[in-house]
Amino acid sequence: MLNRDRSEDVRSRFDFGACRGAMVELLLQTVVNATYAASYMALIAVGLVLIFGVMGVINFAHGELYMAGAYSVVFFYADLDFPFLAAVAGGLVFVGCLGLLMERVLFRPLRDNPLGGLIASIGFLLILQTLAVLGFGVRMEHIPPVTQEKIFLMEGVILTWQRLNVIIGTVILLGALWLFLKKSKFGWALRACAQDPEAAALQGISMNHTARLAMFIGAALAGVAGALTAPLVSPTPYIGHSVIVTAFIIIIVGGIGSLEGAVVAAVLYAFVHTFVTTFYDGVVANMVGLFLMLVVLVVRPNGLFGAKERA
Amino acid sequence: MALGLAFVLLAVSLILLPHVLSFSQQEIAVLLVINVLLVASYRLMTLTGEWSLGHVVIMGVGAYGSALFSKKAGVPVPFAMLLGAATAALVAFVLSFPLFRMKGFYFLIGSFTAGEIIRLIWKRFSDPFGGPKGIKRIPGFPDFELGSFGFDFYEPVTYYYLSLIVVALCLFLLYRIERSRIGLTFHALHWHDKLAESVGINAFRYRTLAFVTASFFAGIAGALYAHYIGTVNPNRFGVEEMVFVLVWAIVGGTATFYGPILGVVVLTVINEVVLRALGFDTMRPLFYGAILIASVLFLPDGLESLVPKLRARFAVVLAGQPGRTGR
Repeated sequence: MLNRDRSEDVRSRFDFGACRGAMVELLLQTVVNATYAASYMALIAVGLVLIFGVMGVINFAHGELYMAGAYSVVFFYADLDFPFLAAVAGGLVFVGCLGLLMERVLFRPLRDNPLGGLIASIGFLLILQTLAVLGFGVRMEHIPPVTQEKIFLMEGVILTWQRLNVIIGTVILLGALWLFLKKSKFGWALRACAQDPEAAALQGISMNHTARLAMFIGAALAGVAGALTAPLVSPTPYIGHSVIVTAFIIIIVGGIGSLEGAVVAAVLYAFVHTFVTTFYDGVVANMVGLFLMLVVLVVRPNGLFGAKERA
Repeated sequence: MALGLAFVLLAVSLILLPHVLSFSQQEIAVLLVINVLLVASYRLMTLTGEWSLGHVVIMGVGAYGSALFSKKAGVPVPFAMLLGAATAALVAFVLSFPLFRMKGFYFLIGSFTAGEIIRLIWKRFSDPFGGPKGIKRIPGFPDFELGSFGFDFYEPVTYYYLSLIVVALCLFLLYRIERSRIGLTFHALHWHDKLAESVGINAFRYRTLAFVTASFFAGIAGALYAHYIGTVNPNRFGVEEMVFVLVWAIVGGTATFYGPILGVVVLTVINEVVLRALGFDTMRPLFYGAILIASVLFLPDGLESLVPKLRARFAVVLAGQPGRTGR
């Protein structure tokens, strides 16, 4: 799926079973790679869960919001030569505003019609894809690396700064989101709407206001994930497809509507996927991921962390 | 009487249709006829209230099955098509055991997962599925002579008539199934599944029956596709195609038999003919997306909800004096 940049370089460097030290290095390197994958997958999945929790809509265009974030970096950083951090911030604001637009134009009129919301988000996905094609062309965008520096965690175990940036960004953003949801008044209101919209409305919480907030945050998280990983994945306008499939698997395994579940499932999925990709191949890894999801659906349909009462 | 007349008119225009189209439009017409069967079989599936995201993959099972039976086993193409459809039904039967433990949204995601696993199996195992490139050089429908007429099925027009006959027959069967006691049971399961179970209907068995029957017809659509295009590959049966089926069904509306068919015909004509003629080539998905959004926002009950309104207006016009009560 999203990990062209991960497995190949590891494989070419190591010869399987050449010696024991190489095996340990390979394992540790894979752990490092999986941590990187887990962090951006968590950002995407948490945004999707937040939108589902408050809006009750599965946002099919979430992968395209990731793509829009990646193209913000192409535009601000690669084309206009802004600093990388400013480009990421630009991506955050831009994609967040796309989320606001979706809320106002699509999801608010379709609040009682979740299937309609799904179809409308598919329409939005096609529009965003076409705009990306018109603006940037269908070819892969190669973004100049932000930094070439590497950290040698051990002999042969490398963590590049670009990947570390993604991990740090994820920790900061998810930490801030957690504080916001648990400590601030807006966060309380948002969680109240996710649990019981009618009761929340009776308490004087504005549904529209909360929905705007949730869409902004959810979309912005996908946008930041795209912006941070853009130099590593070489975005195309069609990158959103693999992103949304991965995000679906994660939110099902974690339990739809559970933010903690999404984070744990992202870590679980990233480790399983990265290890299978390294030791077998990418197609088998995708199969294992999907099979994992099917097993969860059959054995524990509410996901690992899903609420019991959701049918 | 009026209905009979409408049917005759429809049949005549469908028979004459390919002769007024350009070559590329004739090819689109063949695919459109196949998609009509696909979306009509999808509606049979949705009658029980479960929306699947694996229907296009099931169509692919029919296509792969028919292709392999005719190419590797040397079965004559018409029988291979039936065998392919039977394979699709069999796969659906096996899948129904894990899938019908779920309902609603979970079934949607579960069917998607099962479909993706099938697609990855096609991709991973080159023998016999041909890997990512799929199967090529699938034998076409055999030519035959009828008196002085020769039928060459590499011609889109001939294949159009073949698929028109097959699809019309299948649509007739689907319609009869829906109107039969079994079809009424499907409806009952959709609206009151607990009540239906309380009068002794085995919900699991009827859901499986709907799934298997719909998959058989989807398999026929796939077989028609495989022997027309001559090649099948895993990407042809991906999520994007499934999304299109879903969109056709929802934009057309699923309350009536003709709703999804209306959806696929109108959207295909808009997408392939009108937008192409206007010269928007890269912009087409953008307009398509805008049309989708507009239709869910402003026409939530689908295109089919326009039909009674149009019919009422038509009746008023025929009666001569609009606005006067009592005809």
